[in-house]
Amino acid sequence: MSEQTFFKVTVDGITIEVPAGTTILQAARQIGGEVAPPAMCYYSKLKGSGGKCRTCLVEVSKGSEKDPRPMPKLVASCRTTVMDGMEVKNITSEKVVDARAGVVEFLLLNHPLDCPICDQAGECHLQDLSFDHGKSKTRFEFQKRTFKKHDLGKNIQLHMTRCILCYRCVFTADQLTNKRVHGILDRGDHAEIATHIEKSLDNEFIGNVIDVCPVGALTDKTFRFKNRVWFLKPMDAHRDCPSCSGRVTLWNRGDEVYRVTARKDEWGEIEDTPDGKPGWICNTCRFDKKEASDWVIEGPRAISRASVISQGHYAGNVGTTIPTETFKAVNGGRTPHLLMDIHDESEVNKPNIHLGKIQGPSHGDTFNKIENA
Amino acid sequence: MGVKLLLDKANVPGIRTYEVYRREGGYRSVEKALKQMTTDEIVEEVKKSGLRGRGGAGFPTGMKWSFIAKPEGVPRHLVCNADESEPGTFKDRYLMEFLPHLLIEGLIVSSFALGSNDTYIYIRGEYAWITNILEQAIEEAKAAGFLGKNILGTGFDCNIHVQRGGGAYICGEETALIESLEGKRGNPRIKPPFPAIQGLWMRPTVVNNVETLAAVVPIINMGGEEYAKIGVGKSTGTKLISACGNINKPGVYEIDMTITVEEFIYSDEYCGGIKDGKKLKACIPGGSSVPILPANLLLTTAKGEPRYMNYESLSDGGFATGSMLGSGGFIVLDEDQCIVKNTYTLARFYRHESCGQCSPCREGTGWMEKILQKIETGKGEMSDIDLLWDIQRKIEGNTICPLGDAASWPVAAAIRHFRDEFEWHVKNPELSQTSNFGLQHYADPIHVPA
Repeated sequence: MSEQTFFKVTVDGITIEVPAGTTILQAARQIGGEVAPPAMCYYSKLKGSGGKCRTCLVEVSKGSEKDPRPMPKLVASCRTTVMDGMEVKNITSEKVVDARAGVVEFLLLNHPLDCPICDQAGECHLQDLSFDHGKSKTRFEFQKRTFKKHDLGKNIQLHMTRCILCYRCVFTADQLTNKRVHGILDRGDHAEIATHIEKSLDNEFIGNVIDVCPVGALTDKTFRFKNRVWFLKPMDAHRDCPSCSGRVTLWNRGDEVYRVTARKDEWGEIEDTPDGKPGWICNTCRFDKKEASDWVIEGPRAISRASVISQGHYAGNVGTTIPTETFKAVNGGRTPHLLMDIHDESEVNKPNIHLGKIQGPSHGDTFNKIENA
Repeated sequence: MGVKLLLDKANVPGIRTYEVYRREGGYRSVEKALKQMTTDEIVEEVKKSGLRGRGGAGFPTGMKWSFIAKPEGVPRHLVCNADESEPGTFKDRYLMEFLPHLLIEGLIVSSFALGSNDTYIYIRGEYAWITNILEQAIEEAKAAGFLGKNILGTGFDCNIHVQRGGGAYICGEETALIESLEGKRGNPRIKPPFPAIQGLWMRPTVVNNVETLAAVVPIINMGGEEYAKIGVGKSTGTKLISACGNINKPGVYEIDMTITVEEFIYSDEYCGGIKDGKKLKACIPGGSSVPILPANLLLTTAKGEPRYMNYESLSDGGFATGSMLGSGGFIVLDEDQCIVKNTYTLARFYRHESCGQCSPCREGTGWMEKILQKIETGKGEMSDIDLLWDIQRKIEGNTICPLGDAASWPVAAAIRHFRDEFEWHVKNPELSQTSNFGLQHYADPIHVPA
């Protein structure tokens, strides 16, 4: 075996040595943090994925040591391999920041933004992306596109309006199942995920399309409208499954198992099993084993991705930290009675009552008392 | 009268048949190339000729051929891109319809040079009748021993297969064409790897335009150096221009790239002037995706020099004051044409033809179309013009394939050169529905005889 060559690559001023053949995105992920470009369509476990969403565009300011010319256009970091001495600008490049804001705007253009009723909310990559790189207002003033509804069977719910056409589910079906029955029909902005004609997805491993979907286009029908992900406690668990690794994350509330997903790493991708294979799980584990007694619980799961899920759970234990500043300190010495002025937001409380004058925690009685007094 | 290398025999009666074509000196280049030249010598001749890809990008053909990987035991392929779908471009149609054997001849020589035993013609689906013409020509060539096994006793085998597309503009992009040829959805591939390394069925592949491959015939017949003497600078040889729009004589013309744009539009040998004695307003000189130019910048460059019909002169001044020769789809607009409507029509086309693979193009083209429709129907606002500019800027260069650029350039150029017309549309919502902006300062500087 020949010795592996290593290339030096600098991303946003941070230099790292990676094996030849590594992509810019993977190198940047090794550095981690802000330096890693966001990726909506790239999925390291799926061969051929990436290059489509254009959120991971970066500027290559120096091609390599041998050929230091910069690349003329922004390149998709997920599909561009590093060269020795390459210098990459991600968040330090104005061009990248501008282009990325444009891509986020394009992705949200026809997205329904129905997060309040979307099961993906809270663990949605598009939410994170628009929070990190998007703008708070849209310039799009036309009707958003809609689609004819397609039924994909009893386990998987398709919401085509939310889809960003990342092709991940297509690659998943190609690479995990023996026969893909769904795909992209039509083209351009009316391209859609569908089956031809009206088939259901019933392969034993097809449930993984739910895990790879970066948005709420493909969701779990057995979990539909049952709960919000941030109210659930993710727990690592396993079972002896004859067809898959059986290593999953259970999403519990109390003792009740609301849903089962594969274990995901900090990039939202399926974690590898100890033997180095991607930990895809089978439909039986995902959809049918919804009793705590089916599983051996290992312990709470760290959710390290930018996400609301870990908020409120296991503070200080698994990635989240207890704030050290007191309210008094951040509030300029004032200790508020209430944390939020609900007068501005709702008509539930009487606007003529100054909440700051109420001593202690307020409740219905307090209001009546003051009003009557 | 300029030099004609491709269309010189186009008017010979019966030239479509093998007998007449052969009698007129056809297939000489095959005999010369296969019997007297090595493959490297052919590539060298094409390099010397300075031939540039006629499909639109203008990449030097000889250089493209020399990039093809030659791994042991892996077949190589030549693919002829006959998916001519650029609005305003119809030169390949003419060439294939009237001189099918010229293309076949060029394909045999090129296949020999590249070592392709199975060569494909990917023709756009709408050219159904041309498919029949080509297949007929292939049969005739095969019967005459120019195709099939052991051509002319040289031991070289070559078969040409004609494959019809399904009617998608995007399949004119070489990697999308390859995907479609493989029977898949016509989505452009992400490059690298380039087709020269991994193309059709992951084998080294060269994709060339119909006209490029036809031009190989005169190059072999007359020699690369002789060919390079025609034309000027890096624009060597002849170019087919498909002229259309408001001109007296629309059609396909072969030019030798030394004539001026003014001569091309106004001389009786070519377009014959603007129809009905009207004035020239604007022109899209190289197929719908290249920037539109107002009359004053079309006929002379920003420096005041006359503009010529060649690659360098038309792109003089960059996109700020220039355009591109592109595929040679020469669309002329007279004083009565509305630039906003024209841009809207183009935007609608690109929205319809975007493959939907990458987000800037998929979403951006639809958005631009909606805004242009809004302005065109008199509901536009001033901010829409700036918004359009910003959208096209965010699409351009950020997509997988050049369709994103092709969709944004016409919009950018229209706003760059005709911003006052857009503003007029916004300010006069009712008037703009019944009348046109007219010429204003884009007035035709040429005196048109009555």
